[in-house]
Amino acid sequence: MSALDADVLVVGGGPSGVAAAIELRRQGRRVILLDREPALGGATRHCAHSPFGMLEFGRVYFGAAYGRKLTREAEKAGVDIRTGHSVVELCEDGSVLVTTGPGVEKLTAERILVTTGAREKPRSARLLSGDRPIGVVTTGTLQSYLAFHGLLPFRRPLIVGSELVSLSAVLTCLSHGARPVAMIEPRAHALARAPLAWFPSLMGIPFHRGAEIVDILGRTRVEAVTIRRGGKLKTLDCDGVLLTGQFTPESALFLQSALGVDPGSAGPAVDQQGRSLDPRMFAAGNVLRAVETGGWAFREGRAIGRAIAEDFGREPEDGVPVPVTFDAPIKLVVPNILRRTASAPAFRQFQLRVLRRVRGRLSLELDGREVWQARGLWMPERRILVPIPPDAPQAQNVHFRFREED
Amino acid sequence: MPRQPQTGETYDVAIIGAGVVGCAVARRFSLAGAKVILIEKGADILSGASKANSAILHTGFDAPPGSLELELVRAGRQEYLEIRDSLNLALVTTGAYVCAWNAQEAEKLAGIERQARDNGTTDVVLRSGGEARAAMPSLSDRLVAALEVPGEHIIDPWSAPLAYLTQAVALGARFLRGAELIKGTFDGIWRLETTAGEILADAVVNTAGLYGDVVDTRLGFTPGFRIKPRKGQFVVLDKAAARHVPRIILPVPTEVTKGIVVCPTAFGNVLVGPTAEEQEDRVRATVETQTLEALVARAAEIVPALAGMPVTALYAGLRPASEEKGYRVFVRPDQRAITLGGIRSTGLSSALGLAQHALKLHADFAEPFTPPAQVPDIATPNLAECRERDWQRPDHGEIVCHCELVTRREIEATFSSPVPPGDFGGLRRRTRAGMGRCQGFYCNARLAEMTKGKLATPLAIDTEGGR
Ligand SMILES: Cc1cc2nc3c(=O)[nH]c(=O)nc-3n(C[C@H](O)[C@H](O)[C@H](O)COP(=O)(O)OP(=O)(O)OC[C@H]3O[C@@H](n4cnc5c(N)ncnc54)[C@H](O)[C@@H]3O)c2cc1C
Ligand SMILES: Cc1cc2nc3c(=O)[nH]c(=O)nc-3n(C[C@H](O)[C@H](O)[C@H](O)COP(=O)(O)OP(=O)(O)OC[C@H]3O[C@@H](n4cnc5c(N)ncnc54)[C@H](O)[C@@H]3O)c2cc1C
Repeated sequence: MSALDADVLVVGGGPSGVAAAIELRRQGRRVILLDREPALGGATRHCAHSPFGMLEFGRVYFGAAYGRKLTREAEKAGVDIRTGHSVVELCEDGSVLVTTGPGVEKLTAERILVTTGAREKPRSARLLSGDRPIGVVTTGTLQSYLAFHGLLPFRRPLIVGSELVSLSAVLTCLSHGARPVAMIEPRAHALARAPLAWFPSLMGIPFHRGAEIVDILGRTRVEAVTIRRGGKLKTLDCDGVLLTGQFTPESALFLQSALGVDPGSAGPAVDQQGRSLDPRMFAAGNVLRAVETGGWAFREGRAIGRAIAEDFGREPEDGVPVPVTFDAPIKLVVPNILRRTASAPAFRQFQLRVLRRVRGRLSLELDGREVWQARGLWMPERRILVPIPPDAPQAQNVHFRFREED
Repeated sequence: MPRQPQTGETYDVAIIGAGVVGCAVARRFSLAGAKVILIEKGADILSGASKANSAILHTGFDAPPGSLELELVRAGRQEYLEIRDSLNLALVTTGAYVCAWNAQEAEKLAGIERQARDNGTTDVVLRSGGEARAAMPSLSDRLVAALEVPGEHIIDPWSAPLAYLTQAVALGARFLRGAELIKGTFDGIWRLETTAGEILADAVVNTAGLYGDVVDTRLGFTPGFRIKPRKGQFVVLDKAAARHVPRIILPVPTEVTKGIVVCPTAFGNVLVGPTAEEQEDRVRATVETQTLEALVARAAEIVPALAGMPVTALYAGLRPASEEKGYRVFVRPDQRAITLGGIRSTGLSSALGLAQHALKLHADFAEPFTPPAQVPDIATPNLAECRERDWQRPDHGEIVCHCELVTRREIEATFSSPVPPGDFGGLRRRTRAGMGRCQGFYCNARLAEMTKGKLATPLAIDTEGGR
């Protein structure tokens, strides 16, 4: 084999990628950290009002300051940081194809870790009806307008969605002189916990549950939106639509490679070490499943960084993985696969999500034997954690069963 | 050097409407040596029907036999193949399968094959379902039979008209945008009243697409046709879908429409559509959730591997259909006017043919021009995946749009080109910026910054006092 550029290439410099890179350096590995943006920090860079870093650094940082803290820590640890590097392809030979201002290059390493994060679903992927004028954006885009350029895409948006990030959307609007005309959530219940029950109304923004967009109007810029609520149509004048939440992994590199993505999580399938179907490739952070907090992504990156470090010196594990299967209405399970291995796992718990608000009994079966169960009301877009039994990787059949109860 | 406009200057030909047809006509007359002006009411070229189509360069295998449409599709396709190198235009030589999914449809294939041969597309081959699936295993096993049409290709539907106009401009043509024709009067010469002032011209060519009949009325004619827009909605699937769809998959057509097509795009995606929906409105081309869901489902019926494939983009286009199926071409020699109307569903393929035709019609009432001594080649920026993209070349600056890998150099270059973008749609069509799977999550803010003061409708609102 020709000389390697590094022991590990980390693709994506958000909290998970940086945490992994630092951990790998601590374990004595040569690490190149690639990010296509001009600075590290990932999605935290534009979250100007969200506090980050309490758990990992013992104090809070906002937006770009958190990214700078990550950069300092990575530099201190001796990580070779390369921003402005867009990874275009995960190649079959285990290298990555990169394009940068000066041109194209190929980088090789023994292991590759992909930490490319998650993003909100755009209007198109939601198949929303109407014209296609300017002014229909996501929270991340709105925040980028403000944080990086001091611009605003609208002044009177309609906000769609009620996941946690929608609070961020409201705050971002209000603190920059944009006045949302209303907030709508297609489901009968707000998705985030308590604050959403009262927060928008407190701010004087009408909040409609069970309401959906049926038409977006506007030739050049958004002029109005028609919503349907309880069978009634109503047209709201507004100059933008702010689509919040519905996060999806930014897993394009996997989607376009032979590895593909898991149909449930839309991210790469990984085992309990964070290792993908290709034993040289790992993944961590929000690319695995959308969406978790910055602190979660950081800890997950660190754990998987450690697992990769331990993986050195061994032949890449490529035992046939056992898929973790599940019943509807479970949406996803991460890790998605399990491999028989002696190494300590990076994941201590399975992470699950359900597709809709549902009451019932959730259980885990190993080779048909029930090893864990819980009953309750399960909410969409909320994390569900189930301990991974130590003998789970030995099972031939790992299945999450769900029985609905009223 | 492009000619500077002068008041009172009389153009040899004024072309009304910068769709693909108008752009091709501007090029053809400029090549012939005419002094040309192209008038467009929108902020950019391709503001009408031409911004949204399936991007198939048709052979005419299924066109009405003996029709003008057939003749001009064939001529247009032929010329495209001849000039594409000199204009640096892409051609994805996919070929097509006309797929029969049941016995009745299969019975029709023989007739379609005969028609194709009569229409001069002689390289078609009837295939059994098994043969077609051997060549393209991703097709559903419900396939009964197929007609292979090797000559159906995919092109870049935006770069082609841009290249035609750019060449015209290089030959001295003037492109006037934001100029709506309000009224024309003819008294030996044409006086065209537009929202951007009066234009004098010796002859007019009406290429107003969805407004062809309206513009004829404004020119003082009793229009010989009426436009009845027919909407087509599309879904664009993620680039990961492309490996399952190496060819154009056509249905057996009905009387009304060519039907739902699943085909590759020059940009590496897969297109599903279009629908055929009659409407009165000439402006609104909305997409509708239910229809889009049906398209997504249909794609997975045809190619099962497309089930669950993420949707990248949605769009809808309006076909300038009229009350008759064929092209609606009218010449009024006494008023020195030509109307190229009702170019419903094959205009991308036939545009160059229509332009040749218009020049011939013009020669029947006007003196020939003196062709220019030299014809410049045009280095149209390449957006197609089958050729080298800018990101693969050195010193592109940086990637601005990550999903489509659009470089800063490409975006800067398009704004300093002879026909720069006039609106955001125009920028997207010239560079692909913001057209990828994230639809601007990562780059829209950056584009707002980079395009400040350059687009008719800015991405960012005026924030004076807003912060
Ligand atoms: C609008 C919004 C609001 C949020 N609010 C909060 C909040 O209030 N509190 C909270 O805890 N969390 C919040 N989050 C989530 C938090 O930002 C994420 O959990 C965290 O950033 C995830 O880290 P990550 O490392 O997995 O991915 P990211 O932070 O998304 O980082 C991924 C990195 O990968 C890079 N990348 C992607 N593809 C490539 C490629 N092909 N080549 C090179 N580089 C690539 C990107 O440039 C990016 O820097 C919010 C997220 C968003 C979008
Ligand atoms: C859904 C769909 C799929 C298609 N698929 C294909 C395909 O695969 N292959 C193919 O070959 N063809 C295809 N077509 C057909 C093709 O797109 C059309 O035939 C073609 O775009 C018609 O172009 P045009 O120049 O005649 O009209 P337009 O593109 O409508 O151009 C007319 C222009 O005139 C301007 N205008 C109007 N009124 C005025 C005025 N008063 N003053 C100044 N300017 C004015 C408009 O703004 C517009 O820009 C498809 C069409 C649709 C809708």
